Amino acid sequence: MNGLYHTLVALVEDRPGVLNRVSSVLRRRDFNIESIAVGRTDQPELSRMTIVVNAESANVEQVRKQLAKLIDVVKIIDITGESKVERELALIKVRTSPATRGEIIHIVNIFRANIVDVAPDSMIVEVTGDEDKITSLLALFQGFGIKEMARTGRIAITRGGIGPLVVEEEPKVVRQARKPPVPESPANW
Amino acid sequence: MKKTGAEILCESLIKEGVEVIFGFPGGVLLPLYDAFPKYPQLRHILVRHEQGAAHAADGYARVAGKPGVCLATSGPGATNLVTGIANACLDSSPVIAITGQVAKPFIGKDAFQEVDITGITLPITKHNYSVRSAADIARVVKESFLIAKTGRPGPVLIDIPRDVFTESAEARHPDKVNLPSYKPVLYGHPTQIRRAAELINGAKKPLVIAGRGVIVSEAYQEIKELAEKAQIPLVTTLLGIGCFPETHVLSYGMIGMHGMAYANTAVDQADVVVAVGMRFDDRATGKVSSFAPRASIIHIDIDPAEIGKNVRVDVPIVGDVKNVLQALNKQITPADHVDWLRDLDEYRRCHPSMDIRETDKLLPQYVIRQIFEATHGEARIVTGVGQHQMWSAQHFYYVKPNSLISSGGLGTMGFELPASMGVKVACPDETVWCIAGDGGFQMTLQELATIACEKIAVKVAIINNGFLGMVRQWQELFYGKRYVATPLYGPDFVKLVDAYGISGLRVSDKKQVPAAIQKAMAHDGPFVIDFQVDPEENVFPMVPPGASIAECIEMPRPETVDSRR
Repeated sequence: MNGLYHTLVALVEDRPGVLNRVSSVLRRRDFNIESIAVGRTDQPELSRMTIVVNAESANVEQVRKQLAKLIDVVKIIDITGESKVERELALIKVRTSPATRGEIIHIVNIFRANIVDVAPDSMIVEVTGDEDKITSLLALFQGFGIKEMARTGRIAITRGGIGPLVVEEEPKVVRQARKPPVPESPANW
Repeated sequence: MKKTGAEILCESLIKEGVEVIFGFPGGVLLPLYDAFPKYPQLRHILVRHEQGAAHAADGYARVAGKPGVCLATSGPGATNLVTGIANACLDSSPVIAITGQVAKPFIGKDAFQEVDITGITLPITKHNYSVRSAADIARVVKESFLIAKTGRPGPVLIDIPRDVFTESAEARHPDKVNLPSYKPVLYGHPTQIRRAAELINGAKKPLVIAGRGVIVSEAYQEIKELAEKAQIPLVTTLLGIGCFPETHVLSYGMIGMHGMAYANTAVDQADVVVAVGMRFDDRATGKVSSFAPRASIIHIDIDPAEIGKNVRVDVPIVGDVKNVLQALNKQITPADHVDWLRDLDEYRRCHPSMDIRETDKLLPQYVIRQIFEATHGEARIVTGVGQHQMWSAQHFYYVKPNSLISSGGLGTMGFELPASMGVKVACPDETVWCIAGDGGFQMTLQELATIACEKIAVKVAIINNGFLGMVRQWQELFYGKRYVATPLYGPDFVKLVDAYGISGLRVSDKKQVPAAIQKAMAHDGPFVIDFQVDPEENVFPMVPPGASIAECIEMPRPETVDSRR
């Protein structure tokens, strides 16, 4: 793929099978999902998905519209070009020995990561940040030996104001303050 | 008051205005079928194969103005519906498919006749439901009907486990639906409508391409007003046929792979194309990069995901066709476009496309034209897929709204007979002609039993050329005439239908055609005519695959008869 990493965020109904419906549309259009993260929101019946795909912008816009058609998808937007905060969490079990332990702790401190478990021959490091930070840390740990690793995939949220994903229960006043929604802007085509 | 799931389902269907269910029973549906005698207002039509139920519900839905309902049992019953559901999905037809499922404790354990039908139908339904409690049935049915018939219509599947049918629950039928995520855009954006009007008003060679969305939205008056007000020539897609009278002076027929040469030329020459309720299917556009190369394209459709999907669009308008056209027509200034229409008429005179070769042979085109002559266009024509479908689209002049019912998107052979059943059940007082190919007819002919048993008076014309004709035509033109697996053995269709108790007639002489059609129409009940037509007749015009629609192959014709005008 020669495209760009696109970050799509979606509010979806919290029901069985919704992840399947979303991933099925992506599969049908031959998208490889780089990462997908799903979690609850402040509204009990809604979940939030952050989907990262690597593809051409026009194709992403087409698949976004197809995803928006799903009945269980309340709202889905592409926040790739927005000002946003993106984070990923990784748990890394790195091999240790009495000789290397000090150096690893030093690296962990530089990266503002946390050691969450220590065993005689390994420790688990929890690190949060964007992909670059986690990748750099992993590169440093390669030398010591990584025994196991788990990454959450990216979650993202736009900076400032009212998020474009907020749907229901927002106060009327705030809603008026927002730019009026344009049903179909030609800029998208 | 507490009711069983089966009773709640029946009552919910009645509340949605359902009168007919096309179904086939099975183990897990026993509790539901047991409840049917309590609800005589629900007419159950027992099909002979579940695919027939799905197509019948599809045909019913396309003409009844409300969703069609089909019902099948778990496992093989459910999978037999799949082709019909996919067909309804691609042609945006509001079908409610209800499937039985094994009891909840058995789900996911490969139980007898268990299949994950919600998983299977995920990509071919607008939405589907797996019901887990009888208390949910009323809400799910209400939501399903709303989803199926509003916005861009489409099939909705409801999967109900056996124990949910027998479970008791309080029957609460909701008055309204709470679907926060489902909000079809119904009205076009005013700015876009203004831009569209400016483009149309400034156009020298405008063209309207109308699709099935016009029929779904019942915007017959609005599309006519748009064409007439500014004298804009109008062409249709295959499924758009029947949205505008084809005898109208501004009608230039169908575009696409087997569209009229002049219709395709109009697309090629136009400077503004108004695409209304259509989705630029590849069979309609030909090579996309050379589709309407000179035109600015205005695309009106209710489905935002269709806009810009296949063809670049200059002015997108998302909304219901009827509403958008009402707003748009107000801003259209009257015009006459005399030169443009004269050019098209001249082109049509030189490239007639609608003429039928003069010969003593029995030509399929002649049969179709004679059905038109006999009915004066006052009939619903239901076709399958292939050569007979294209001849039906070309040689019958559709003057009655929504009078062609055909499988467009999926191209399902065998659609014709069960769908015509559904159409006739929805419109019992109208003449329904099922035009079938001998190939497709043999795929779903078991529904002859349903037709005979339920006395569904469809008239069937089998265009019998002893070939899988469309595939044979491609073999002739592009595969060096190597007819692999296309010569088709068929039964004696007259004897066959006789065995089902249906009257039939064989016609192999051109002179017998009008009388045979009259006899079929006069007959009280279903009637089948086996037209043994010229076996190697081809469908022309034809746009070769991958070519621009401006480059169609026309019929080699030394002499012609029966000019269109």
